[in-house]
Amino acid sequence: MSTSAVPESALPAPGGPPPRRSRTTPKSILVWTAVALVGATGWAVLALSRDEEISAVWLLMAALGSYAIGYRFYSRFIARRVLEVDDTRATPAERLEDGVDYHPTDKRVLFGHHFAAIAGAGPLVGPVLAAQMGYLPGTIWIIAGVIFGGAVQDMIVLFFSMRRDGKSLGQMARDEIGRVGGAAALIGVFAIMIILLAVLAMVVVNALAESAWGTFSVTMTIPIALFMGFYLRYLRPGRVVETSLIGVALLLLAILGGGWIQDSSLAEHFVWSPETLVFCLVGYGFVASVLPVWMLLAPRDYLSTFMKVGTIALMAVGVAVAAPTLKAESVTEFASTGAGPVFAGSLFPFLFITIACGALSGFHALVSSGTTPKLIQKESQVRMIGYGSMLTESFVAVMALIAACVLEPGLFYAMNSPAALLGPTVETASEAVKGLGFSITPDQLTAAAKAVEEQTLVGRSGGAPTLAVGMSEIFAGVFGGAGMKAFWYHFAIMFEALFILTTVDAGTRVGRFMLQDMLGNVWKPIGRVTWKPGIWITSALVVGAWGYFLYAGVTDPLGGIKQLFPLFGIANQLLAAVALAVTTTMLIKAGKLRWAWVSGIPLVWDVAVTFTAGWQKIFSENPKIGFFAQRDLYADAIDAGKLLPGATNTDDMHTIVLNNTVDGVIMAIFLLLVLIVLVNCAVVCVRALRSSEPLPTTEAPYVESRIDVPEQRDSESLVGARS
Amino acid sequence: MRAVRKALGTVLWYARELTGEAEYDRYCARHRRHHPHAPVPTRREYQRMRTLQRECESPGRCC
Repeated sequence: MSTSAVPESALPAPGGPPPRRSRTTPKSILVWTAVALVGATGWAVLALSRDEEISAVWLLMAALGSYAIGYRFYSRFIARRVLEVDDTRATPAERLEDGVDYHPTDKRVLFGHHFAAIAGAGPLVGPVLAAQMGYLPGTIWIIAGVIFGGAVQDMIVLFFSMRRDGKSLGQMARDEIGRVGGAAALIGVFAIMIILLAVLAMVVVNALAESAWGTFSVTMTIPIALFMGFYLRYLRPGRVVETSLIGVALLLLAILGGGWIQDSSLAEHFVWSPETLVFCLVGYGFVASVLPVWMLLAPRDYLSTFMKVGTIALMAVGVAVAAPTLKAESVTEFASTGAGPVFAGSLFPFLFITIACGALSGFHALVSSGTTPKLIQKESQVRMIGYGSMLTESFVAVMALIAACVLEPGLFYAMNSPAALLGPTVETASEAVKGLGFSITPDQLTAAAKAVEEQTLVGRSGGAPTLAVGMSEIFAGVFGGAGMKAFWYHFAIMFEALFILTTVDAGTRVGRFMLQDMLGNVWKPIGRVTWKPGIWITSALVVGAWGYFLYAGVTDPLGGIKQLFPLFGIANQLLAAVALAVTTTMLIKAGKLRWAWVSGIPLVWDVAVTFTAGWQKIFSENPKIGFFAQRDLYADAIDAGKLLPGATNTDDMHTIVLNNTVDGVIMAIFLLLVLIVLVNCAVVCVRALRSSEPLPTTEAPYVESRIDVPEQRDSESLVGARS
Repeated sequence: MRAVRKALGTVLWYARELTGEAEYDRYCARHRRHHPHAPVPTRREYQRMRTLQRECESPGRCC
């Protein structure tokens, strides 16, 4: 039963067994040909179907077949040739073992750990919004992006951090490219974090506003987490599994209870306006950041992990069994016109920033260079843990895309267009959808809301409600029938809100630590993590920062998701650019110029996407896309004393002008910070290439591994340059 | 029956490892090895020590 504690008697005999290389057997050729055929069939159906509805099964086949091929061949190539992983080399988990932070962990357990740390609500939101361009572009980007970009980034960052005893991305940037680039990277990460938290919190606000059921069940997660915290501390210390099971049971009760509340006289107490929800979330974020971890953060984390694994498994079963038909078009006209109501701009570059998590997410670089590298048993496991976890997240994104495309397009646009376009009633929404070229009757809109027991579905942007409707459709087809639709809808809302609130807790705390670290350089006491006033001040600053953007987004007359989501996507992808630039530099510094393309190609692509998108957001003369163009349009109208669409009074006009100015300036700062990192990396690369001797490495020196992992010694055994 | 038990055992093992519940057992074993004469902290003491540590480290979570 013991996992990771490897008895010291299991040392390999001196000299060790001869290194074995995997052989190509007829059986493996047959198996991989079959896998390739499955993937190819899926892609062929996706590519060849025109104007006909196809089953989601083809999409799953294309995804799973491609993942398998990517994992088996590309990730192995990277591990062997590019990184030269070496299982005779002791990992930091082995060398520095202290039983707590560093200890060799079973790879299956570490896979679960790492996956739970990288995956949250991100991959569930982006693909839903991107369904505006049809299912095909999103699918291609999610699958190709992860195989050649996202999973590669995660794996290489994990490897480099592991070779440096688990250093963070920021530390590696400072060590490898210098102080300026390192500082720019650090400030960039902090700023990006703030936007991320604001946008995710906005998704929760849009999902809960005016919904008694949702608000009640999500609010209940706080007392449930507190109960778990006290239970774990005073009644049954350390019994996490038992506590989590009780927590999950209570959570399901809270969902059922929400339905009961909705029908009772208590309902009005739980119908909150978006503004009220903003203040609740901000207050919650602050309290969660200053409370001891055992009270709220840790139990919520357990709950979130259990729900994550459970729901994702449920989703996979649901999609596979129900095999729903995709109602969306494969490619909509918004892909080329760029006039979509959900987010503005054409396919390139805006699709690629709307779907970040699931294809290429810079934030993973922070997780891959934190806890995980300190727990790896054997170097070759970076493949399963870095590349494999990211493929799994990508699969979650594919399922979210399917859930969104199962909806009738008319309903999709009625839910996701900004309120300014849709107007206040189902009738106006129906007209607006007609104007977009789709159709849904007011009765159908009312019926759809009634089926999930919500007051309305019109203008419920942000992705979460859309995903929840799609999932309720899929789940109700498998478990429980139409009568269960409302339960499944609120189940989906609940777990998405749970993931996001976990991110809000953890993210605020991470932001607080970063800020304490940065401010600590200026004024020592504030850097101390045990000084209470320092904790309060920095927590308030972090919460205030994301709270500002959240409030601005929620009250934005033009729709906060439409305005802020591009900023979030660009920010996340810019972080990926930083991570990929650092890894490419590190490959070149290690004398591996011939393999630098492995992280260089995703880097070039990512820089092209983010800088084009950022450039358009700043300089585009089209007021629908460019922040400043829109600002000028509304500012001129104010001067002329006119009201423009979206604004109902002059205050709205001023809000739009202010928001656009702030968003545009933030965008410019992001691009500038990343540009500094890129230039700095380029300088270091040139220096490395010109130097006659290799630049000094920051890698920890080679120490021979003394542990032996049995299952590691089959055909997968990887032996690098040293043996 | 045996197979079901074994499967449940694996699930429990995995859950205990994933949540860090098994951490304490490992800690005790290590403690006995390195400090054979010092008393091993109780579960309660160990859990307090761990939360204090967690207080000072940045949680690694993502979107």
